[in-house]
Amino acid sequence: MFIASKDALNSYAAKIKGAASAETTILVSMGTCGIAAGTTPVLKAIRSEIAERNLQNAIDVIEVGCMGLCHCEPSIEIINNNTGKRIIYGDVAESQVAAIIAAGSDTPAQGTRTVERTWYYPEFETKPASALQAKIVLRNTGRINPEKIDEYIAEDGYQALAKALTGMKPDEVVNEIVASGLRGRGGGGFPTGKKWQFAAVQKNDEKFMICNADEGDPGAFMDRAVLEGDPHSVLEAMAIGGYAIGAHVGVIYIRAEYPLAVKRLQIAIEQAREYGLLGKNIFNSGFDFNIEIKYGAGAFVCGEETALIHSIEGMRGEPTFKPPFPAIQGLWKKPTVVNNVETYANVCAIIRKGADWFKSIGTAGSPGTKVFALAGKVSKVGLVEVPMGIKLRDIIFSLGDGIKDGKAFKAVQTGGPSGGCITSKSLDTPIDYETLKGLGSMMGSGGMIVMDEDDCMVNVARFFLEFTLDESCGKCTPCRIGNRRLFEMLNEICDGRATMETLDKLKNLSRTIKDTALCGLGQTSPNPVLSTMVNFEDEYLAHIQEGKCPAGVCANLIHYEINDKCVGCTLCARNCPVSCISGDRKQKHYIDQTKCVKCGVCYQACKFHAIDKN
Amino acid sequence: MSCTCDKMPGNDNLIEAYPEKRAELEAYINSLPLSDSPDRNRGFLIQSLHKAQGVFGYLPGCVQLYVADKLKLHLSEVYGVISFYSFFTEKPMGRYKINVCTGTACFVKGANKIVDEFKRFLNIQEGETTSDGKFSLGALRCVGACSLAPVVMVNERVYGNVTAKLVPEILNDCAE
Repeated sequence: MFIASKDALNSYAAKIKGAASAETTILVSMGTCGIAAGTTPVLKAIRSEIAERNLQNAIDVIEVGCMGLCHCEPSIEIINNNTGKRIIYGDVAESQVAAIIAAGSDTPAQGTRTVERTWYYPEFETKPASALQAKIVLRNTGRINPEKIDEYIAEDGYQALAKALTGMKPDEVVNEIVASGLRGRGGGGFPTGKKWQFAAVQKNDEKFMICNADEGDPGAFMDRAVLEGDPHSVLEAMAIGGYAIGAHVGVIYIRAEYPLAVKRLQIAIEQAREYGLLGKNIFNSGFDFNIEIKYGAGAFVCGEETALIHSIEGMRGEPTFKPPFPAIQGLWKKPTVVNNVETYANVCAIIRKGADWFKSIGTAGSPGTKVFALAGKVSKVGLVEVPMGIKLRDIIFSLGDGIKDGKAFKAVQTGGPSGGCITSKSLDTPIDYETLKGLGSMMGSGGMIVMDEDDCMVNVARFFLEFTLDESCGKCTPCRIGNRRLFEMLNEICDGRATMETLDKLKNLSRTIKDTALCGLGQTSPNPVLSTMVNFEDEYLAHIQEGKCPAGVCANLIHYEINDKCVGCTLCARNCPVSCISGDRKQKHYIDQTKCVKCGVCYQACKFHAIDKN
Repeated sequence: MSCTCDKMPGNDNLIEAYPEKRAELEAYINSLPLSDSPDRNRGFLIQSLHKAQGVFGYLPGCVQLYVADKLKLHLSEVYGVISFYSFFTEKPMGRYKINVCTGTACFVKGANKIVDEFKRFLNIQEGETTSDGKFSLGALRCVGACSLAPVVMVNERVYGNVTAKLVPEILNDCAE
């Protein structure tokens, strides 16, 4: 199939939409985490059950990307195409497949787990009161087969590109994005339209559109979900951006840790070329655009745009001082726009529906939605897309269903290693770029790690520092040496060797690094320290003044002892990995403190509350 | 310039020892749309190294030199790139690469204890390989399967909700 013009796209889309569909559609979640949780055998069982019952014509099975229901993978959705009724099943086992198919799409099968739908699509449905999520970025993710371009075209795919190329001048496209108020979803929140504007006015024979898919923040996986679930939305948006700024080459820089996303991108690019939606003279407009993929090699700092550009150029991924900004002098010293995956995924919807529509969602300063990866000690881990301005409480306690195992909420960490911790007193703040910054954290790429009473905040700060230490490129002194000193001080606190003076030094050095580091990685690396010091000062003080870790995490500050409730069942001794527990049967046992590694296995194993943790 | 790395201890000359692997790498580099500009050709370095590591398993000096020659770059530039990116290794890896995810979600759910347990069982530290060449132990940052935390990857296989007790079972799965 070759689509040569806008009319050809419209008639092809109409043909696909008009094609008779089966009575029932089953969507099977085949993202990385779905597959890891065991979707593949479930899919196989569904296919063979359908074949056995001879239902091939009545049921369509579609392998889709992540539905966002990570807490109950493998998940499947059954849709009745005539009535519109749908049921989502979670934790599906192979043994349940026969019953699920027999039950159909009207009533759930016995003995299965069903999941309530908490999202709506602002594109084509009115919002029900129970739905907190609004899907723009993830509009197709989890609904279409990412490896089939026809399914994307049937969902108005490539309509935005057609509209831009055949009905808009490049500066009109730029102005539309400026007017929409779209801000960079990679973390910084810089207005996307402005970036495009800077690059568009440059006079140069060669310009580049780069997609930053080097999603390195631990705990963030929304870009992976988009690339695995809806790769064409990114390709189409890059082509629109290329037209707007006058670039003919797009580069997707993706991390090597995402093999499935790479594979689906390759398939998508190939299909788009075959259809003439990438390549020469797209829609007979005279505009040429091609996209190539470049691979990262495991360096977190390459998410910083100048470092990313150096990495594409085949060099060490070290950042350089800005200005010159990439929009003026970027890849191969040519004007370059670097946008993140989630940012691109918004572009097509904006061009198609207009800037005013986009601005009607979210807050005045931060229009649109944000995808968050909700993880940690929350009951329902998952990928959620919510309008900006939503309260953290709604995300954690409604969508996430509160804290696991009935424990108490302590903090939520946003913004990854560059962000900070937010406590319960700020749960009702409507969140956008500015309010999160005001709370001492940041939007970041959208990782949201929930922590409960069992997490030691000093240890959490140390964890993030260890991460930055590992990932610092070593180019500037504040980041290379300063962060190491911070890490050492946090170690002293966790080990109980620190004094009040350490705390002062920690604060001062953190501020110095913030002010003097070269790039975003260094400038934000002390954030986890500063924010925990403000919000959880008492925990720092307990470590230093009382020599205690209130959460019972820091190994040097806790010790286990067996009390008189011990009945001598020997369970602890049998479970101890270093054999440091001795005692005869039916006699009270003892822990050899010199050998104990404080792993806590005995504490968890004991059924008689006979082990004290101090 | 001829390769002298075979004279270095513990550094096999893989390029001469495996002509079919060399041919595979050569065919790959020859298929790249290289231009006359050495600067632009550097843009193909990282993907060539990915290929080389995929073919040979690791990147000792002779492989680095071979890639450098093919792309007309200095060995120092190639070495600079390899030493910068954590994905590239100059040492041979075990047949089973055990990687414990130490992303935030896994950390919060106790990934450290899993790492300690692997260290204890295998008697090696992070970044090392067992003397029989069967296992190497490493940590990686977030595979994006945070819902299954803590997560362990053995080669391409992902284990979710891992506990210290599961460690011997995972090792048992790695049968020759």
